[in-house]
Amino acid sequence: MISFLKQFVNKILKNLFKNKKHIKLGLYGAPNSGKTTLANKICQDWLGEDMGSVSNVAHETREIQIKEQINIKHKGRELSFNLVDTPGIATRIDYEDFIKAGLKQSEAKKRAKEATKGVIDSIKWLDDMDTVIIVIDGTKDPYSQVNITIVGNLQARNIPVLIVANKIDLKKASIKKIEAAFPQYDVIGISAKYGKNVDKFYEALFVITS
Amino acid sequence: MLTLQFMAYSEIEHLNSDDRIKRILEVVKENKIVLLEGRLSREEEANLIQATMQQISNKFKGIELGVFENEKGDDVFINKLKKNFVKMLLGNRNGMTIIGPASIVKEIKKNPNKIELLTKESNKKRARKR
Repeated sequence: MISFLKQFVNKILKNLFKNKKHIKLGLYGAPNSGKTTLANKICQDWLGEDMGSVSNVAHETREIQIKEQINIKHKGRELSFNLVDTPGIATRIDYEDFIKAGLKQSEAKKRAKEATKGVIDSIKWLDDMDTVIIVIDGTKDPYSQVNITIVGNLQARNIPVLIVANKIDLKKASIKKIEAAFPQYDVIGISAKYGKNVDKFYEALFVITS
Repeated sequence: MLTLQFMAYSEIEHLNSDDRIKRILEVVKENKIVLLEGRLSREEEANLIQATMQQISNKFKGIELGVFENEKGDDVFINKLKKNFVKMLLGNRNGMTIIGPASIVKEIKKNPNKIELLTKESNKKRARKR
């Protein structure tokens, strides 16, 4: 009952500020799905600079990162938003995995500790988002519970969602699998790394935020 | 040895959200795989992930989570309304939730018709066979 009331109040407050100039656009997803690569692509396209560092070792982004006042122009329309890049959400973090990836034990333990805090922060920030892009690695199983839990929580909060199937430059990638897993949402297949289909992504961004 | 512990929804229904999560994590930290009747609310699922992260240590590496629900999309509006009303009153007893310790469960694979629970032991055996 309390959570229902909380959602109701949030909804009213959100509607009150519906016409505010800058929306908060969150990038969510599992670790290594390519959230920061997409954030960098957006920032490079419209600000000419990167947002954060990327790595093959999971949990490279361990703190919430924000780029304010990004203005994008597309087919005569303009959109302003604050971009929020979040740490990947996971249900397990094992420092030994980081050691296997080549980190020293002390670095691995530190990274694991920071990563757990990052996951907690990402979930906390869900309430603050106006629109969320869920970035899914197109080569992986889309039925992972992390994706389903994120989508379910956004749905419960009435936050608009756009699903991005990333890494479509790779042979193993399948947009169809992701579409089948989330039939109620628009899915845009992109390669954030190589900029493939990013125009379609911007187009979808205008639709979802309007 | 793999221990599966069945948890009837009635076992957690009288508990508040925090205590439900605490109860589940207590069992998982005993290296048991919990088979929960029904499912937690979406908020509780997110809270379970947060609570898990708060308890990560050198010994406890986290959980693997899988929720299975038989939702028929062809329900008419009145049936959906009835189901949601029952869920609101009694909690969601549809389907099943599997929560296992990450030290034992490597992955829970699922698609709408199949559930596969891959344990660390089964992977070791596979590697040995190779």
